[in-house]
Amino acid sequence: MGADHFHFTVDGTEVEATEGQSVIEACDTAGIYIPRLCYHPDLEPDGSCRVCTCKIDGRNSAACVTPAAHGMVVENATPQLTDDRRTLIEMLFVEGDHPCPYCVASGDCELQALGYRLGMTAPTQPYQRPGRKIDATHPDIYLDHDRCILCSRCIRASRMEDGKTVFGFEGRGIAMRLNIDAEGGLGETQMAAIDKAASVCPVACIVIKRESYRIPNGSRRFDSAPIGSDIEARRKGRPA
Amino acid sequence: MTRDVPSVVEGFVKDVAADRSRLLDIVEAVQHRFGHVDDEAVQAIATGLGLHRVEVEDMLSFYAFFDRAPRGRSRIRLSKTPISFMKGAHAVAHAFEAALGIAMGGTTADGAFTLQWTSDIGMADQEPSALINGVILTGLTPEDVPDILATLTKSSAGGPAPHALLPKATVRPGLVQPGAILTGPFAAADGTRAAIALSPDRVIEEITASKLRGRGGAGFPTGMKWRFTRKAVGHDHYVVCNADEGEPGTFKDRVLLSEFPDLVFDGMTVAGYALGARHGLVYLRGEYAYLWDHLQHVLKTRRAQGLLGDRVCGRDGFDFDIRIQLGAGAYICGEESALLESLEGKRGAPRDRPPFPTERGYLQQPTAIDNVETFACAARIMAKGAAWFTGYGTTESSGTKLMSVSGDCARPGVYEVPFGITVNALLDLVGAADAAFVQMSGPSGQAVAPKDFGRRIAYEDLSTGGSTMIFGPQRDVLAVALQFTDFFVDESCGYCTPCRVGTTLLKQGMEKIVAGRATLGDIAAIEALAQTVARMSRCGLGQTAPNPILTTLQNFPELYEARLSPAAFEPLVTLHDALREAVEVQGREPVSEEA
Repeated sequence: MGADHFHFTVDGTEVEATEGQSVIEACDTAGIYIPRLCYHPDLEPDGSCRVCTCKIDGRNSAACVTPAAHGMVVENATPQLTDDRRTLIEMLFVEGDHPCPYCVASGDCELQALGYRLGMTAPTQPYQRPGRKIDATHPDIYLDHDRCILCSRCIRASRMEDGKTVFGFEGRGIAMRLNIDAEGGLGETQMAAIDKAASVCPVACIVIKRESYRIPNGSRRFDSAPIGSDIEARRKGRPA
Repeated sequence: MTRDVPSVVEGFVKDVAADRSRLLDIVEAVQHRFGHVDDEAVQAIATGLGLHRVEVEDMLSFYAFFDRAPRGRSRIRLSKTPISFMKGAHAVAHAFEAALGIAMGGTTADGAFTLQWTSDIGMADQEPSALINGVILTGLTPEDVPDILATLTKSSAGGPAPHALLPKATVRPGLVQPGAILTGPFAAADGTRAAIALSPDRVIEEITASKLRGRGGAGFPTGMKWRFTRKAVGHDHYVVCNADEGEPGTFKDRVLLSEFPDLVFDGMTVAGYALGARHGLVYLRGEYAYLWDHLQHVLKTRRAQGLLGDRVCGRDGFDFDIRIQLGAGAYICGEESALLESLEGKRGAPRDRPPFPTERGYLQQPTAIDNVETFACAARIMAKGAAWFTGYGTTESSGTKLMSVSGDCARPGVYEVPFGITVNALLDLVGAADAAFVQMSGPSGQAVAPKDFGRRIAYEDLSTGGSTMIFGPQRDVLAVALQFTDFFVDESCGYCTPCRVGTTLLKQGMEKIVAGRATLGDIAAIEALAQTVARMSRCGLGQTAPNPILTTLQNFPELYEARLSPAAFEPLVTLHDALREAVEVQGREPVSEEA
């Protein structure tokens, strides 16, 4: 073990981490899954969805923006955190419009998969029905704003990975929306279907045209195993 | 006056040397000049600063005082708080609506007037109040409305109404009872002169010995904050004065800035010396723009007297000056990290901590952010000594506190009282013998019931930023809790899920309760939801937004019980509401089967 390695515990299990890792990164490496939504391993963490909130040294903090530190005590899979996370997923379900049975992303949607994993059946909160408009101005991509969960992945990817800054936010509070860097919609931007920003959407807000049913329902990412299974398969001493 | 937007914008960009961190000033200038910031202006700003338009829109769409589309030439904003409502704001609103023929939120067809509600404008001691084209009107009655509109129409042609001509355009001095801090005599730089006689480290020791804690309500030890900031490495250190007092019911900073600005600037200068900072910034809430000229004049005088600028008070090597940044209508910017974002010309979304502002604050440099009142205290502590200060208050809460008192009481205003005073003693002082509950520290604080009026105002008991809203027995506690919940819906920044969505869901749940349609199950559900929002939110706003519900559930459970529906289940939407659209289209009510 090098000098920059240290340990902390997650629900009593010892996890090894290196200097500069966040709690979620260290846990991913160790094969411990912390539910998350706005976090994406290729992007700067944002800490906005709050799904990865853990009790860290007695205080609730988002695991994606909390640097791992020696001796930290992290609570992750407690009944209360699972309840709170499920409530957050429910909030996102009712804030936008997420009709899983006829959504193109069904089976490949992280929001839906988290709903299953966290034990959500139907939302208990009232649907807000935002009624946002679809943007189909781009030849290869369409934006279904009612599906947007404001995770900012596309904003970060477009700015940092693609160097295009196609996306941003507009407004505040419950009126906050994904905004496009052109008056006339996505078709007027430099966005391309091969951009990182087009591939990081966790739901069906950014959809590549003519690709949607290449993989049929039933054969998709989360149809066979719950979200997070890939991470948990890394855990030592566990059958993959 | 040229209407050539790009060239005007170019001028504004040049005024701030195309500094991206001054975006707020540029947008403020455009809004002021054109009444809104249109696509052409957004593009011109983006071009001038080398930004994407989406980045400019991200920032400007965040603030309540900026518009993307033209609104009325005169902007009438009525203060929306439980206090303004109890003092008759609804009647004033109705008078405006009737006279203008529009509803709240509307604009007259000729484009002359826009009428709307706005969050508390810091006039709780003289409600109903309004902000009209930047001018503050207080103590309004429906009878004032014709005069106000006539004056605005006369002085129209677009320009802001001359301050003196508008009726009720005065802000009454708010200080009712000064205490140790605000009782003079004191000169403009007593604190600074005492400080520069010592080493910076000794100044911090003195502040530490005084046990001064942050007066915004959080109560962080000021000496410790200053020590962290001084020790942190950076090419510049900054002193920031948080004058964004947006907590409904508070107006003490308004009183300090209008009646004791020198004391505040003196305290900032003390901090500048202690931290080794050359720059001080005051983040002044947009609602207090009417103080701008006055404060600039005070700063100018201080520069002329050698109290600011190079060699402050003749001290070699101590250069310090203060700039005022005007906000644009966002309560969240009172949260220190959101304030920093706003100071840097971005949307006021809080930052993750660590790193803390003491390490990496304004422009990523070590920054001490303190409340207006904290600086006033610091100036007096330097002049009078730490021992003098600890002679007031309690062991854990030294000194005095400015309390902004409003609502059902005989003498609303600012009271400087020693820490440790009971709620009862304060209520006696202000003439509120029959208070039914006190909202302590604003909506984010707690609803205190009479059984707790023996509690003490101190960090170790009832911690408070000073907002004290008093409600008499005739007031509806749950309706007030709903109004406070609604406030957080308006002011949530939207960054994190629990606060963005949760505040709206809490409001909808509370509406159902107030309407008498909530079942026992609904109340259990709203309590669980409120606790999730409190636990999972990213910053203090979301963490405290459920307080109006949680503290009334705790202290007034009988009121919730009295409102319960006897049914086992009540739908959120009534059949009548669900059918409203169809009823409107068909022009008839549904026929019930029994009929």
